[in-house]
Amino acid sequence: MAFEGLQLPMLPLHGASPAWHARVETAQLPQVCRAVRDQGGRLTALWGADNRDQAGGFSLHLILANGDGALWLTCRLDARNPAYPDLSQWFSSADRQQRAIHDLLGIQVEHSTAFVDRRPWLSHGAWSGSEFPLRRDASLENTSPPGTDNYAFVPVEGEGVHEIPVGPVHAGIIEPGHFRFSVVGEKVLRLEERLGYTHKGIAKRFSALTLKEGARLAGRISGDSTVAYAWAYAMAVEAMTGTTPPPRALWLRALYLERERIANHLGDLGALGNDGGLAFGLAQFMRLKEDVLRLNARVAGHRYLMDAIVPGGVMRDIDRAALDQLAAQCDALEPEVRTLREIYDDHAGLQDRFMTCGILTAATARRLGVVGFAARASGEAMDARRSPGLAPYDLLDVRVSTARSGDVAGRVAVRFGEVFESLRLIRAIVERIAPGRECMELPVPPAGAPGLGWIEGWRGEIFVALEAGENGRIRQAHAHDPSWQNWPALEHAVIGNIVPDFPVINKSFNLSYSGQDL
Amino acid sequence: MYQLLKQVFDVGIRTEPPPPPEESLRVLTQRLENEILRLFNGALAIRQVDAGSCNGCELEIHALNNPYYNLEGLGIKFVASPRHADMLLVTGPVARNMEVALKRTWEATPDPKLVVALGECGCDGGMFGESYASRGRVANVIPVDVAVPGCPPTPAAIMQGILTAISAKPAATHD
Repeated sequence: MAFEGLQLPMLPLHGASPAWHARVETAQLPQVCRAVRDQGGRLTALWGADNRDQAGGFSLHLILANGDGALWLTCRLDARNPAYPDLSQWFSSADRQQRAIHDLLGIQVEHSTAFVDRRPWLSHGAWSGSEFPLRRDASLENTSPPGTDNYAFVPVEGEGVHEIPVGPVHAGIIEPGHFRFSVVGEKVLRLEERLGYTHKGIAKRFSALTLKEGARLAGRISGDSTVAYAWAYAMAVEAMTGTTPPPRALWLRALYLERERIANHLGDLGALGNDGGLAFGLAQFMRLKEDVLRLNARVAGHRYLMDAIVPGGVMRDIDRAALDQLAAQCDALEPEVRTLREIYDDHAGLQDRFMTCGILTAATARRLGVVGFAARASGEAMDARRSPGLAPYDLLDVRVSTARSGDVAGRVAVRFGEVFESLRLIRAIVERIAPGRECMELPVPPAGAPGLGWIEGWRGEIFVALEAGENGRIRQAHAHDPSWQNWPALEHAVIGNIVPDFPVINKSFNLSYSGQDL
Repeated sequence: MYQLLKQVFDVGIRTEPPPPPEESLRVLTQRLENEILRLFNGALAIRQVDAGSCNGCELEIHALNNPYYNLEGLGIKFVASPRHADMLLVTGPVARNMEVALKRTWEATPDPKLVVALGECGCDGGMFGESYASRGRVANVIPVDVAVPGCPPTPAAIMQGILTAISAKPAATHD
């Protein structure tokens, strides 16, 4: 069993992936975090909740994960003075999430002799600093027009150092965020990211919805990962109702998830070519991506497969003829992508831009808790489809693509590898898909029931944690995007590179803004 | 190089015809004089602003420049600065954290300017509505000429919205 030696009373959670729930005291957190970290585990999601209406004070929630499963910890905090130890001492990815928790709930990191970053993260001055929007008694009437909030960027000093501020409105068609570069000449000494611009109150919105309605919102947390979020959400609802969806639904979900992975990798491979000066790559890959999207629309009714996955199964079944079309598209795509990979590999100018550019070392990736293909390109062979595994992937023997270089070229190589593997998986799914129902009715879960969903999306692992309310409503919901862990990695990967290489490095990670701003 | 050229030759031209303008997408009646529209002659510079979207609309805007839709082939291109733009293409419910940035971008765009709001969120706030964190639809923050529904709207629908914004006033309302 995973998380051995913690000596916590752990309750197994029903669901598709191995997961446990445990209640801990704040005093136990240091020992538990240290032990999990020392065994190679990682912190993924970290969030807070207000339970004062149920005489429960505040609570802090952590999800710790390793190759064996996930451990969801709930820590009760005092109603008057909610505080907890700084978790970034053990898990560096805690830092920004702690700041977000403070902005939303007013829950503080305890006083510490070590440095604790207490700058706001999601709050940009659009609501009053004494109002905490996720508190159940927040009035939020005084939402004054936001001004400029004079965020304190870390200054870099020295001869010839200057700053380049970029964003939030970027020069391309990209989500908004602010990048502050400190440079000497063209060389980047430091990049500091400031995000939170697309914060649109998703957690609060969830708590006004029924479990059924929530599926639509989950599919709109990050548009490029709509399948992964919808599946993670559905998995959490199924877990809290103690149900397992029909096998056919699971096969179709995996089919959709792999198509989402292919579409995103194809688009990014094209954009990477373009950023490296090869516009040909953009035109070719975007054409292939469009072919994938059009077939999605024909087969499942939506180009990005939004709302195709619902709690209990999938929205609609796919007939044999459509399945054959999907397999035929794999056969058509594979030789085209192989040709394009050869062209990329043989293109000296492009390789010169990709190789040794934006290196994320294995040690930094591990220290920051980086996940997804970015981790795999730095030598970490982690993939939740493989370990701890998830139906129906346990029947498919997923082959994990990795690279060791950690540079843009490594991330490009892993993305190519994953496109080919997803094509193989889709063919295998089309061959093996079980007949039967595609969806089932779910019972209403008891109030307070927890549910956890864990899906390896194209960018990395996505978690959705839910707590049921009365009569099939949502009491609390938290969605976790892998970008939380991976954004800080981008700050490291650009150090020492030149400013003009930033777009290609940034695109090689292609992190989500909306998914982490919530 | 041989393989690259062979690929270009083998794939050929895939561009499809653009959709016609659609008057029902208009929020405001055409404010531009026909003379100005004649000078535009279909050519247009667009500054895209994500004011809080989930990134779904951005994926479809990117698709506009793929070989099937080839928006740039019509003389319509995306520019890096609002000061170079004739039109703002705005997505998302307007996140309160983006309100100032959106207004400043609008102010920096020279007159005469057009605004096209995209998607369910841009049209009416969508799933996110109005809250402590969201101002809802784009028209709550800046004036909108054309609004294109859909979640996300397809590339053809976005193209139709853009073309509607630069099409002449319909004959019936023309004085």
